[in-house]
Amino acid sequence: MKLKDINSKVDPKFFKEHQQGIYQSLEDKHTTIEEIDAADPLNAKMVLNMGPQHPATHGVLRLILQLRGELIEKGKLDIGYLHRGVEKIAENKTYQEFMPYTDRMDYLSPYNNNVALCAAVEKLAEVEVPERAHYIRMICCELARISSHLLWLGTMVMDAGAISFFIWTFREREKIYDIFDEVAGHRFTVSHSRIGGVASDFTDSAVARIKEFVQKFPQELKDWHKLLDRNRIFIDRNEGVGTLSTERALDLGATGPVLRASGYGVDQRIIKPYARYDEVEFEVPTRLEGDNLARYFVRMEEMRESIRIIQQCFDKMPKGPVRANNAKQAYPSKDEVYYSMEGMIHDFMMTDTGICPPAGKEVYHAVESPKGELGYFIQSDGTGHPWRLKVNAPSFRNLQVLEHILDGEMVADTVVVIGGIDPVMGEADK
Amino acid sequence: MSLELNETLQAVVDGLSNNYSDSLIEVYQSCDHTYIRVEANSILNVCKYLKEEHHFIFLCDIIGTDRYTSDERFEVIYNLMNLRTQDRLMVKIRLEEKNPVAQSVTSVWTSAGWMEREAYDMYGVRFEGHPDLRRIYLPEDFEYFPLRKEFPLLGIPGSIELPNTTPDTE
Repeated sequence: MKLKDINSKVDPKFFKEHQQGIYQSLEDKHTTIEEIDAADPLNAKMVLNMGPQHPATHGVLRLILQLRGELIEKGKLDIGYLHRGVEKIAENKTYQEFMPYTDRMDYLSPYNNNVALCAAVEKLAEVEVPERAHYIRMICCELARISSHLLWLGTMVMDAGAISFFIWTFREREKIYDIFDEVAGHRFTVSHSRIGGVASDFTDSAVARIKEFVQKFPQELKDWHKLLDRNRIFIDRNEGVGTLSTERALDLGATGPVLRASGYGVDQRIIKPYARYDEVEFEVPTRLEGDNLARYFVRMEEMRESIRIIQQCFDKMPKGPVRANNAKQAYPSKDEVYYSMEGMIHDFMMTDTGICPPAGKEVYHAVESPKGELGYFIQSDGTGHPWRLKVNAPSFRNLQVLEHILDGEMVADTVVVIGGIDPVMGEADK
Repeated sequence: MSLELNETLQAVVDGLSNNYSDSLIEVYQSCDHTYIRVEANSILNVCKYLKEEHHFIFLCDIIGTDRYTSDERFEVIYNLMNLRTQDRLMVKIRLEEKNPVAQSVTSVWTSAGWMEREAYDMYGVRFEGHPDLRRIYLPEDFEYFPLRKEFPLLGIPGSIELPNTTPDTE
């Protein structure tokens, strides 16, 4: 069979133009993989649709792969199944009102998204954030990073064949959820950060829980290293799979652990330290191999560094307020709201119009989320709503890399490579 | 407004005003970042120049915006990064409302592929020379560009044909 006209073989029921477009684009894709046997006597060529409802694709990701036997000749990605138009919604919300939507973008590390939005708005409106709030944000961001990497570890190892691992990483994740429950009052979508600080200070029991976690977690990490680092099956599944060279990673716009595993140590916490990352010591783990195994090592080491950052934060954290004491810029504390008229008026004003950055200003602020560079670009028109808010989502950029590195892999490795890229569709699809 | 430029960005501004003085429109700063606005028809050359001469090898994002003005309605912002000095530079172009077409920069950075597709999907800005310019989030059958300001927040009923949800019927 010659796959010259894939379109004649498929008969889509709906979104006809869309479906035909994507098959056409697969046909047209240029690939450097050599034609193995042009005659194809065994008729081994086929087009495989994976997803969008595939359990191993980490959400609603659809891959269209052209196979020859077990080899992927070329592949295309179709995303957008989780598109909710959050950028459009943002234009119709106040800055603070939009924050719960950011929780639902990268839902595996909501705290990083909250901080990214708040930091961008604070930069735009020149809001001073108290010292203690910075440290609270850093601690929670690092916890969220560990939580996100734990999910990646569990699912990626499960994709490679070890089911029980998933349970162990989820046990640790559960502890982080309990911490967030204590800190923010929510387990999953925390929305704890506020423009100008954070919603509430740590309670004593929250501090105790975090410290206990920080003390016990390195031992778990060590155990996992012991189990996987020299595991024959795990290494065979991951070594040399989905290889991405440094030049290609830069050209394709990879970010986060994917880029760092390819040998380029770009980390927003170092490049442009936000919060108080310039006052803590940590390393940016980097590997040169660029394959899936390198991504595993980078993420594992990142978790260890996160623990280090949290420990230093506790040493350096000063006492004091957790939110800016300026009624024009941040919500007043609840004590004020309940017991004074002005407090209530200010609270109402903040909810109604919110913070109004100067007109015509533009800001781009990036934080290092677990998936990579998460940036918010905001244009202000002087009202309480952003004129334009653009999210630079790391998963979106890494998925574009996936489209290119799948060419030439085996079909059985697809799932492992997706696991190694670690996309979150909520973020990629916006 | 005076500009506070560091060495790299000063070199960029000097280089652009020497080599591309016709297409350089304005340079300004907002919240720590430098924005350079150039003529739309020179964006490909400017990007090539920035990549080759000033080491802006990393394209972080392409941002489309709708200014909702009668002339030069759409804006496309290229968020570039110099990885050697770790400086960020925003390059802007403006496009007319009628038939907004920009040159594609996919030949400079492959990563522009999806980013340009997103700008096209949301604003209808077409990129000339893009190898695979299709919508990225919405299906091809969708006729509107949702991030344009005139598109209602609630959407347009009937604009998207949904699959039949009851089984065994056509």
